Amino acid sequence: MAKVVTTTPGLFPLPDWAKDELSDLKGHQKADLIDGTEGAEIEDTYDRVQGEHLDHQQSVGLDRVVEGQGRWDDMIAHPLAVADAVETRGIVRYYDNNNFYREPVVTGDLAATGDVAAELDAASEQVESGLQAVLPGPYSLADLATDDHYGDDAAFLDAVADFLADEVAEFPNVETLFLLEPSLVENPPDDGADERASEAIDAVASAADADVVAQSYWGALDEKVYAYLMDADVDAIGFDFVADHEDNVYNISEYGTKSDVALGIVDGQNTLVEEPETIAERIEWVDDNTPSTEFETIYATINTATFYLPSNKYEAKLDALAAVNSEVISA
Amino acid sequence: MSDTREQFRPENHPTDHFLLTTVVGSYKKPKWLDRARELLEDDSAGFDEDDWAEATDDAARLVTEEHERTGMDVICDGEMRRNEMVEYFAHLIEGYEFNGRVKVWGHNYFDKPSVVEEVEYGDEWLVDEFEFTDTVSERPVKVPITGPYTLANWSFNEVYDDGEQLAYDLADLVNEEIESLVDAGAKYIQIDEPALATTPDDHAIVGACLDRIVDDIPDDVRVGLHVCYGDYSRIYPEMLDYPVDEYDLELCNGNYEQLDVFTEHEFTKDLALGVVDAHAAEVEPVEEIKENIIKGFEVVPPERLTVSPDCGLKLLPRDVAYGKMENMVQAAREVEEELDAGEVDAGLAAPTSD
Repeated sequence: MAKVVTTTPGLFPLPDWAKDELSDLKGHQKADLIDGTEGAEIEDTYDRVQGEHLDHQQSVGLDRVVEGQGRWDDMIAHPLAVADAVETRGIVRYYDNNNFYREPVVTGDLAATGDVAAELDAASEQVESGLQAVLPGPYSLADLATDDHYGDDAAFLDAVADFLADEVAEFPNVETLFLLEPSLVENPPDDGADERASEAIDAVASAADADVVAQSYWGALDEKVYAYLMDADVDAIGFDFVADHEDNVYNISEYGTKSDVALGIVDGQNTLVEEPETIAERIEWVDDNTPSTEFETIYATINTATFYLPSNKYEAKLDALAAVNSEVISA
Repeated sequence: MSDTREQFRPENHPTDHFLLTTVVGSYKKPKWLDRARELLEDDSAGFDEDDWAEATDDAARLVTEEHERTGMDVICDGEMRRNEMVEYFAHLIEGYEFNGRVKVWGHNYFDKPSVVEEVEYGDEWLVDEFEFTDTVSERPVKVPITGPYTLANWSFNEVYDDGEQLAYDLADLVNEEIESLVDAGAKYIQIDEPALATTPDDHAIVGACLDRIVDDIPDDVRVGLHVCYGDYSRIYPEMLDYPVDEYDLELCNGNYEQLDVFTEHEFTKDLALGVVDAHAAEVEPVEEIKENIIKGFEVVPPERLTVSPDCGLKLLPRDVAYGKMENMVQAAREVEEELDAGEVDAGLAAPTSD
């Protein structure tokens, strides 16, 4: 079987002590959220959050280690929320969940901030190997934002892709880059936009000196969207096998996939903790049901971000996932 | 047409027209009640369940009387005994466990429970709350109750094959609770389903839940449904098929931009219209609220309009919440007088040709 690499799409829940500490330091209103200009005390708290996230992943032996994205108050809209030429306005619903983020409204030319690169720089000092970057994919980031400057959807998507590519160019060495693209499922691009979405992902991926995974979740991609995504020069496409296994297997069987693949096989939105054996069975199930493909690397991952979970269950899920290689596959 | 409304008209109501005034339910807790909860959670404080019961009784009495003083027709106790709209019930239902807080937005968290066994009716939910409020006040009492779809949707489901099955089991429990409430004398029940706004494609599941909820509930019990902060065009007009008498909707926050949704297809049930904003800290003047009420006549005639805030008022300072309720009632009474005098000439309030 292919090499199994255990990883996550990041966006971890804050430890409970940090929920309290940051509530006290920052407050509860929309004006209190991250804008990239936090004071020393808040930065110190986030440093400790990052340290805890990194320690836990490394101690359980995940193959890829993410920074944790504890600062991402606005979830995957974060890179825009801290950018110049972006106004963060009212609280709006984050996909079809009971979560909200500040609507980022782009009011001028976007320019990279180095904000995510700085998080990765700090993490890289504590991680010897396997550091993984996480960013929103350009299609999802544009979908979550409002354009008050570029004028049309195509120009805006290009601008967001360039912005993300410039952010990537500032990254330290990372092994892998996950581009999270839930909007490809939740608000799929229509004719014409599907090709542009693929090209935008390609533009961001091209800026990365790392293996790039375009991770979709909350269902399977429409056939045409998937077919176009296959044109993007990414190393792997990620599939959410928790939400939908039949249509994902269909897409892989019908259109093939890249030589590497990411399988979302641990549920990031349910407290029921999967056993390592169950996770391994799910990987084997996909392998068995896609007989015409031969994967080189399988990224075994949680399907979604994990901030949906209470801290204890998030940690238990990471423990189980990390144990897949050591306790099941190599046992 | 629904005939559950007239029972709430006060005996000495001064006008022929009657706009039923009420609230959605939750209200800002007094600071001392928050402090009492902290003491209850602190084992070293020597503050026990009896002390807590006394504190919640005091708060419920205080807030019930605050509602009464506004002159409102149907009152609530402000949900003083409930900590949160899902957590409160999940603590009482067998089959739930709590693992810790999850993010809603920013640094606002919610102790989202997990369903770890099939749900069963455990301790009673709201009968004591209703009976207490009913004793405190002469006025009729509305009982808001979190709907099964929201209870299911805002929980982790570790047991059921899907959220739909969980919602149906919870609907049976809600039905059981409402039967007890009705036995205790409750005449006005409001099912809160905010989760429907987040997943409008599930409107048929909510409908099937409501069928279970109203099963064997007497016809004279008024049942309302509260849905807020969503795109109503995705559930309307389908929702008119639900077995409820009234829909309580948040429209003031969006400046009535969604009002058109309800005029394209005849609104065949009663409308409880949000006429003050639950998330704006300024008290709207009476004149402004009157204009909002009159917008409701574009959807339903006066005899089918209920007047209420957009949503629960628990996030507003108490004096602001009180001011909103007081002005809302005043505005409704003035509009009633103008209706009697034939001075309101808008939509379905327009004098008929005969």
